[in-house]
Amino acid sequence: MHEGSSHGGAHVHRDDEGSKMAMWLFLFTELLLFGGLFLLYGAYRFEYADGFKVAAADMNSFIGAVNTIILLTSSLSVALSIAAIQRNQKRLTMAMLWFTILCGIAFLINKYFEWSHEIHNGIYPGGPALENMSNGEVIYFGLYYVMTGLHGLHVIVGLIFIGFIMNFISRDKITSTNYQKLENAGLYWHLVDVIWIFLFPLFYLLH
Amino acid sequence: MANGSLANDVSYLEYEGKHKGIMGWLLSVDHKRIGLMYLMGILVFFFVAMTLGVLMRLEMLTPGETIMKPSTYNSVFTLHGVIMVFLFIIPAIPAVFGNFMLPIQIGAKDVAFPRLNLFSWYLYMIGAILAIVSLFTGGGAADTGWTFYVPYSIRSAQNVSMTTLAAFVLGFSSILTGLNFVVTIHRLRAPGMTWFRMPLFVWGLYATSWIQVLATPVIGITLALIMLERFMGIGVFDPALGGDPILYQHLFWIYSHPAVYIMILPAMGVVSEILPTFARKDIFGYKQIAISSLGIALIGYLVWGHHMFVSGMSDTSRIVFSLLTFLVAIPTGVKIFNWVATLYKGSIKFSAPLYYVLGFIFIFSIGGLTGLVLGALATDIHVTDTYFVVAHFHYVMFGGMGIMFFATMHYWFPKVFGKMYNEKLAVVACTVIIIGFNVLYFPFFIMGYMGMPRRYYDYLPQFEGWHILSTVGSWILVSGIVFMFGNLFYAMLKGPKAAVNPWGGTTLEWKVPSPPPLENFDEIPIVTGGPYVHNKSTYIMHPSKESINANGANKTVNQEAAL
Ligand code: HEM
Ligand SMILES: [Cu+2]
Repeated sequence: MHEGSSHGGAHVHRDDEGSKMAMWLFLFTELLLFGGLFLLYGAYRFEYADGFKVAAADMNSFIGAVNTIILLTSSLSVALSIAAIQRNQKRLTMAMLWFTILCGIAFLINKYFEWSHEIHNGIYPGGPALENMSNGEVIYFGLYYVMTGLHGLHVIVGLIFIGFIMNFISRDKITSTNYQKLENAGLYWHLVDVIWIFLFPLFYLLH
Repeated sequence: MANGSLANDVSYLEYEGKHKGIMGWLLSVDHKRIGLMYLMGILVFFFVAMTLGVLMRLEMLTPGETIMKPSTYNSVFTLHGVIMVFLFIIPAIPAVFGNFMLPIQIGAKDVAFPRLNLFSWYLYMIGAILAIVSLFTGGGAADTGWTFYVPYSIRSAQNVSMTTLAAFVLGFSSILTGLNFVVTIHRLRAPGMTWFRMPLFVWGLYATSWIQVLATPVIGITLALIMLERFMGIGVFDPALGGDPILYQHLFWIYSHPAVYIMILPAMGVVSEILPTFARKDIFGYKQIAISSLGIALIGYLVWGHHMFVSGMSDTSRIVFSLLTFLVAIPTGVKIFNWVATLYKGSIKFSAPLYYVLGFIFIFSIGGLTGLVLGALATDIHVTDTYFVVAHFHYVMFGGMGIMFFATMHYWFPKVFGKMYNEKLAVVACTVIIIGFNVLYFPFFIMGYMGMPRRYYDYLPQFEGWHILSTVGSWILVSGIVFMFGNLFYAMLKGPKAAVNPWGGTTLEWKVPSPPPLENFDEIPIVTGGPYVHNKSTYIMHPSKESINANGANKTVNQEAAL
């Protein structure tokens, strides 16, 4: 069961299933983190149905839709990178991951334009436009910035995670017989995608 | 085996790996060293918070200003609460003794993710340092109480943001430890250790870890929202912008009530270790105790509303929450009755850990029964936010988990340090602590019932006698605690050498040397029976090929017997 030697207490110990299990548990905690916010969204949508409708009408659902497509595509490319490493196609794996990173960056650039447009119009917490709006609209935009902001943060973390993984692959620390880390990064990226799939209709489509 | 026996000839305390001296500790990924590093941090913070508690008692010795200003008092009770809850009570038993004993008790060489384990320790220290720094920066220590209730926590000019950030980081550490334990328990049990052959401490940790993983993220986001609310005014909790403070309370208690069970379940696990050892008897109702831990964890999720009976919820939800709260008493009662039944007709050996456990059962029962007073709507409305509540939670938290932490230190001291402490002095200290505890906190029940509000700086003259009595109690309690630590500290340096199994315990940690070697076991042992069987070994410690085969044959039989 336990092979390996002791170097300062760390006997080498590999357990792919254990590490996958840990990743799933971690993803679960991420869902709960957003869960608290979804709860708030639900409660306030119930309380301020009208304000939420008015505010949501301002959203640019085109940018939102583009971003949805970008993230879905990137989820596919991560999945393909795992398939590639299993067949020992190192270059294809790297190409797929590069593509994923580009998608992530494109997502963030889109987000940047969207946010700066709104901020330009004075729509941000404490901003001049919000002062004249109803409570419901204020909370809608408060939640909008918090939830998409937190999601954006997760995109960045995901990109860094994938960056590390690519480094491992290029140094042959991740190979066709030992790719659990890549799988975990893929799982994380799918989570980022899934959360967006919920944010998109909540903020852009429900009028 | 590639590791040879070098690592297993010397104890984990003496072993020198890649790094020597202090770095050998700070960079160590050995679960035992990490456990001890937690112990050091946690004890320092305990002493800080205890000092704050005593200062509060001194302030309350006489009416009016005694030793500090009202605003200072607010900061002091906030810090006392924050440190005691987030830095002491929640991590103490899992992070120190969970880390140390869990792998040994299940026959593993380490936890599943040793490096992540070290990382959690650093997160704990960073969070702790942030909490301390928040004292001296940005307008002074937070003054909101450890619950950070809005809207005050949004408006307060004190350094609330940094304190909440500290709690946020600590939450992260807690999640990672819980995650590590869950995977360790699932993946690293020694051959033959079925679920129902795990020691009950492991069951306690298992239930706790799930709560850590499933509840902590909610507090994380809640505290993050407080910070955002303060920096940007997003409006979700701010009534001036249409936000709802009650929603804050829901989110806060959705975590913080289950957190109470994070504190108590590992402590109950230790009770279930100590009792069979000192009664020299198989524990009564092993399976019920194991499953009741999960039961408590499960119901614990559904009762958070009992903290909000007077905050303006609908009657229906108040009644539902009240009913659910009563349900927690069932699994808890199961445990208490099983423990008492374990003592019945045992050949009891009275020694320090057992005295602590008896003190625990007494104090915790008072805490639990007064919990019913708080869980019932009518009586809660009378005593809510009074000293009655303060008494109740000190009886459960301090009397439950705190006292059991002391018990744990005595029970596993010989194993951890390989030394023995003076038994007589330990019993004296325990007695002083239990007496001081009750003199300090019992008057709180009476004052609370009479109407003394909590978190108040000043009081009416009719409370003075009770306050004096309670403050005297705090001196007795603290003397006992200092004396207890003195005894243990002296033993650590100068105590006589401890045997492998000084108490006659039957779980796996008593089969390895005291202190244990670096990797705990030369060879992973094989488990052939339940954890608390006296007079018969249920472990094969140096399994040879034959014993594995022989055991493989009867493993299935035993497994059936165990299920
Ligand atoms: C060592 C002796 C201790 C003393 C003398 C002490 C004393 C006190 C006092 C006087 C208060 C203020 C009550 C009020 O004004 O409402 C208090 C509050 C509190 N104590 Fe302790 N305590 C001690 C240990 C502990 C322990 C071990 C815990 C661990 C859970 C704890 C947790 C708390 C909490 C959470 C509060 C509430 C703070 C707040 O109202 O925000 N205390 N304690
Ligand atoms: Cu509660």
